[in-house]
Amino acid sequence: MERDDIIEYSLDAHHSEEQGRVMRRKIWYVTGFLALVTTFEVVLGAYWRNFLPPEMWQWVKWSFIVLTLVKATYIVMTFMHLGDERRNLRGLILLPYGLFICYLIFIAIWESNYVNRMLEMFQ
Amino acid sequence: MSGEATKTLSNDVLWGGGRSPFSVSYGKMMMWFFLVSDALTFSALLVGYGFARHSLPPGAEWPMGESVFRALPFTHGDFPLMYVAFMTAVLIFSSVTMVLAVEAGHRMHKKGVIMWLFLTVIGGAIFVGSQVWEWGHFIHGSGGYITMNDGEKYWVHNETHDTEDPTNAPGFHLIKAEGSRYLAGHEEVEGAEAKALFTEAVSYTHGALAPWSSEGILENEYGPAQYANFFFFITGFHGFHVFSGVIINIIILIMVIKGVFHRRGHYEMVEKAGLYWHFVDLVWVFVFTFFYLV
Repeated sequence: MERDDIIEYSLDAHHSEEQGRVMRRKIWYVTGFLALVTTFEVVLGAYWRNFLPPEMWQWVKWSFIVLTLVKATYIVMTFMHLGDERRNLRGLILLPYGLFICYLIFIAIWESNYVNRMLEMFQ
Repeated sequence: MSGEATKTLSNDVLWGGGRSPFSVSYGKMMMWFFLVSDALTFSALLVGYGFARHSLPPGAEWPMGESVFRALPFTHGDFPLMYVAFMTAVLIFSSVTMVLAVEAGHRMHKKGVIMWLFLTVIGGAIFVGSQVWEWGHFIHGSGGYITMNDGEKYWVHNETHDTEDPTNAPGFHLIKAEGSRYLAGHEEVEGAEAKALFTEAVSYTHGALAPWSSEGILENEYGPAQYANFFFFITGFHGFHVFSGVIINIIILIMVIKGVFHRRGHYEMVEKAGLYWHFVDLVWVFVFTFFYLV
């Protein structure tokens, strides 16, 4: 049997002019959105102390994290075309990664809390 | 996108089941698998950074991005996060040109692929070059601080960011430090008084590497040396990805110009290289948030 990892075959490799126009419009729309979000993040990150009280930092921080996840979703779904792939491929990539990363974040916070408490106790 | 195949593939070429699993080609699926594993590596680095920061002993201060990264090349002003914002914009736009190259490839529009891919290579090269400057500036530092006998700290400031002989540089003055935020504080000391304080100082800390001691570096200009370690490792690992991405894109660009993909009948190789390139951009979005902003 001929090996298909040596043969360069492709599925979904072509689209028409009309489909291309629709895609380009979407690409530029997403570009504008990402640029806007990044500008907002930079201005907030650099100057938030000038117009917000220090206790607002938690909110600023969480807005960064949420905006980052929004940006990441747009990059993966539109630029990397994962949104256009089959649903089972999407699940195959996102689910194991999502599960593992949730565990990783959980265990890192849990363990670093412990380390922090020990440092406090024995300092 | 429509789900039909480019041309009817013979069953010998396809997998044992008679069709490609998940309706993607072998190469594209393997690229996705590689990206998932690479994403786990970067997650480990960023989570490690979070671990170190979250387990800090009480009272220890961690440097904030907007007080560390505040310089622009060829200027002496105060521009918090502007340079890294510029780098982010360059990388996002090179990601956009890449997706436009992929789109042109789907229409078999060779000239379009060449143009957009070329712009992508340029964007990547600008990003790597910017990172070189940022590393250089981070290692050199912005002036640093002196520590006095009684533990008081003063930021050292001069217009040329001179750390070899700061007292004789133009605009030399000291700012009494409050906390770890760079140049935060109002009490300014100038002229002969500042020079006297500088000569009386117990230590002068400047840049990412000074001062060396037998235990290595524990503190540098920015705060705990761990911060600089994470900076070099995370942005270095990412920068290496960008660098290899630029090399891959150049190889693909040469193949496009030689017409390899046109003869093959599809430009999927551009799409696969594009996946890697977007991934590099994706990682930077997270590095930007968790290292520079939060």
